[in-house]
Amino acid sequence: MLFLIILILSFASGYFLPWWVVAIAAFLAAFFIGKTPTQSFWSGFSAVFIVWTVLALFKSIPNDHILASRVVQLFPLPHNWIWLLLITALIGGIVGGMAALSGVLLKRAFAK
Amino acid sequence: MKFIKALLSIALTALLIWALDCKFGEIPPIGAFLNPSTGFWQNAESKHTLATENLKLPGLLDKVIIRYDDNHIPHIFAKNDHDLYYAQGFVTARDRLWEMDIQTREASGRLSEIIGSKTLDLDRYHRRMGMVYGAENTLKGIMANPVTRVMVNAYTDGVNSYIHQLAPKDYPIEFKLLDYEPEEWKPINCAYLLKLMSETLAGGSDQFAMTNNLKRFGIKDVNDLFPDYPFHEDPIIPVGTKWDFKPLPTPKPSAGFIAQMTEGIQTKEITPGVGSNNWAISGSKSATGYPILANDPHLNLTFPSIWYQVQLSSPTVNVNGVSLPGAPCIIIGYNQSISWGVTNVDADVMDWYQVKFKDNTKNEYWYNNQWNKVQKRVEVIKVLNQKDIVDTVLYTHQGPVVYETTDKKPAKGSENIPVGNALRWIAHDESDEFMCFHLLNRGKNYADYRKALTYFTAPAQNFIFASNDKDIAITPNGKFPLKFKDQGKFILDGSDPANDWQGWIPADQNPTVKNPLRGFVSSANQSSTDPSYPYYINWRFEQYYRGKRINDKLSVMKNATVDSMRRMQMDNYSILAQDILPGMLKYLDTTKMTAEQINAFHIVKIWDKHYAVNSIGATIFDDWWYNFYNEVWGDKFDIKGTYLKYPSYDRTEKLLLTEPNSKWFDNSTTPAKETCADIVAQSFYNSVNELVHKHGKPGPKWQWGLIKQTYVNHLANLPGFGTGIFAAGGRGGVINALRNGNGPSWRMVVQMGPNVKGYGVFPGGESGNPGSFYYNDMFNTWKNGELNELLFLRSATEPSVRVKTTLVLN
Repeated sequence: MLFLIILILSFASGYFLPWWVVAIAAFLAAFFIGKTPTQSFWSGFSAVFIVWTVLALFKSIPNDHILASRVVQLFPLPHNWIWLLLITALIGGIVGGMAALSGVLLKRAFAK
Repeated sequence: MKFIKALLSIALTALLIWALDCKFGEIPPIGAFLNPSTGFWQNAESKHTLATENLKLPGLLDKVIIRYDDNHIPHIFAKNDHDLYYAQGFVTARDRLWEMDIQTREASGRLSEIIGSKTLDLDRYHRRMGMVYGAENTLKGIMANPVTRVMVNAYTDGVNSYIHQLAPKDYPIEFKLLDYEPEEWKPINCAYLLKLMSETLAGGSDQFAMTNNLKRFGIKDVNDLFPDYPFHEDPIIPVGTKWDFKPLPTPKPSAGFIAQMTEGIQTKEITPGVGSNNWAISGSKSATGYPILANDPHLNLTFPSIWYQVQLSSPTVNVNGVSLPGAPCIIIGYNQSISWGVTNVDADVMDWYQVKFKDNTKNEYWYNNQWNKVQKRVEVIKVLNQKDIVDTVLYTHQGPVVYETTDKKPAKGSENIPVGNALRWIAHDESDEFMCFHLLNRGKNYADYRKALTYFTAPAQNFIFASNDKDIAITPNGKFPLKFKDQGKFILDGSDPANDWQGWIPADQNPTVKNPLRGFVSSANQSSTDPSYPYYINWRFEQYYRGKRINDKLSVMKNATVDSMRRMQMDNYSILAQDILPGMLKYLDTTKMTAEQINAFHIVKIWDKHYAVNSIGATIFDDWWYNFYNEVWGDKFDIKGTYLKYPSYDRTEKLLLTEPNSKWFDNSTTPAKETCADIVAQSFYNSVNELVHKHGKPGPKWQWGLIKQTYVNHLANLPGFGTGIFAAGGRGGVINALRNGNGPSWRMVVQMGPNVKGYGVFPGGESGNPGSFYYNDMFNTWKNGELNELLFLRSATEPSVRVKTTLVLN
């Protein structure tokens, strides 16, 4: 459930709000319905990981990945766009996961 | 405890987000750059495009239809001139916004604002040499003319209407990488583009080095080694052309100049090979009976390109060709009646004057036997993450004192700028070059061409012309100062009014030729005229090699077609090698050689003198000549701590061919007395040994295309955004003047006739976005030496299978 909500919120916010809004979405969702720290972290992580992968591919596939193939050469990574996608998704995942973890921890702090 | 854990987690998350949103040194804000919502992924353009797009833009008077062809080249159809230039600004910004931004920042000395102290010296140099001052003056000229005022303002509005509709996710990728935002376009930015061209093409100076030469070697040797007219020449205006005007009296040399010349007083460098080709043949030489015109300007090759192809059409004009991103009009192109092109004139329009200040306050300087007030101009340079730098630049009536003391001069990169000298530069003057292009774009005949040229100040260009009236012409054109002979060959005494520029060569007395008997006109940056021209333009021009080859080819050409011209643009034949190779070979003695040297000798002996991509002879000759040249002059002119100018290739040729026992062959660092034969042989051995050491025995690894480094880099040298190194033929000094990252930046051939047909290509693509399919789609065509047939629509509704999308602006 938490995973799904973060997923939907991240998708919805993805187009018009600053990138770090996913963190607020994950934080609030976990604050209200998060259960355990582990569950929250992985829900946040996987939801944002998936959303960012899908959003990036949504732009990159019709582009035949020509941009990603160029940009990856700016990074100390193997020259294959897939690595750039992985890094992108990982960063999103960690931010989402950490935010969700923070949300559930705060909830627990208030809980009796 | 629970609270501490929660707070710790929140703090850590916040810190993580902050770190991902921050720029560290040259590393872009990673989170902001990589996230798919607003980061670089948004710059990936889809291969699926809409057939028609409608946009509502403020400020347009009427509907504008823009048809994009298969190379994404816009063909703009507007109902009035205001809308035409508005739309040109809009579509250019859509494809090239970052290029426009970074170029104007560079010209105006504002790079440090976004990059930091790394670019401070460059910014300071541009401010101090008066780029901003010059652009302000040019803007005055533009705004004083109602035609160019409307044009530049409309273009500016068009650029801004594009910028205003951008959301951060739409910013070109370079803005995201460098983490800054596009800013409002201003009319002065169009003038900065002109200043940048002036800097590239007329912003070099060897006066300081020549003055040092004079001090070191004395006037006799300097006159011998740096003559005012070359050994070999084939001038642009054919020898024997009559000057049908009464020249103004030439100013008298100043007293100080004469003293310098007779007594031998002890007291940005010119980029060699910066140049271009153009030519036009008359109907008598072409297969169709109508003239053909060709032009290939040589400039730095970058992604995005310095050129942007566009067709501009309104009720007053229908013109096709290339524009400069950031400036209205077509710069090189054609319409239904005429075609034109440009190459650079190496005119001396940049002079240095020694300034004598009254005291250390530097409030007054000595001129015309009295103390005169120094003007002060304050330049504020904003620097990223630092306090503003406030720089006061002193101006005499001549211009800015670029570096008044040595400590103001950067440690490296400005060797050619003399300290304590005021700069008189044509690019500081009020001007209105856009009027020239406005008129050329609408030109119908030779008279229109001549009228247009009178508006062009700088950088002076050889304007070539062909028309459907079967006229061809060429004019080395710009505003040329009226000077005494050799005025500005050396640094001038700034206190003597006789050293000032004494007015101008009248525009209608600029050298020009129309329909010469030989049936063609051409230029390749060589001397504008033979010594019979009554005015002084410069003591040195680019050497004759490319010009001679062009003229040799054209004089024997008959029934020429577009393809003959295209093949000529790719010609790699070396006139230098033709001139000197036999003379060099005769000094070699195979009995004294190693096996590899003998091998190389036989290769270079039968070399066809073409710098072809797979030529091994080219590699050997090129290295040999390079070593020979340096062994002759190196010990005399490469002096630590003194900035000197080497004699030209042309003068070296003369030495080699006619003065085998000259004192200049003697290497001063050896006890023996060397002659030409010794240096020729020695440099041959050294070259072959060097090549063997680097590439093994003579073989496929010695091919010219592999030895020569050729590349097209991204404007910011971003790895992965350029071509990388590729194998290619050509060389500075041959028609196909392609070397390193410089060469034919646009190749164009236009067949005149009732149905004018243009062909052209530049290395790159229309879009500046590395995420576009049109970022480098024309590169291979260019590299293979082919040309695209240019789509030239007669009307907004003319059907064409090549039109892929239509953009309608309302």
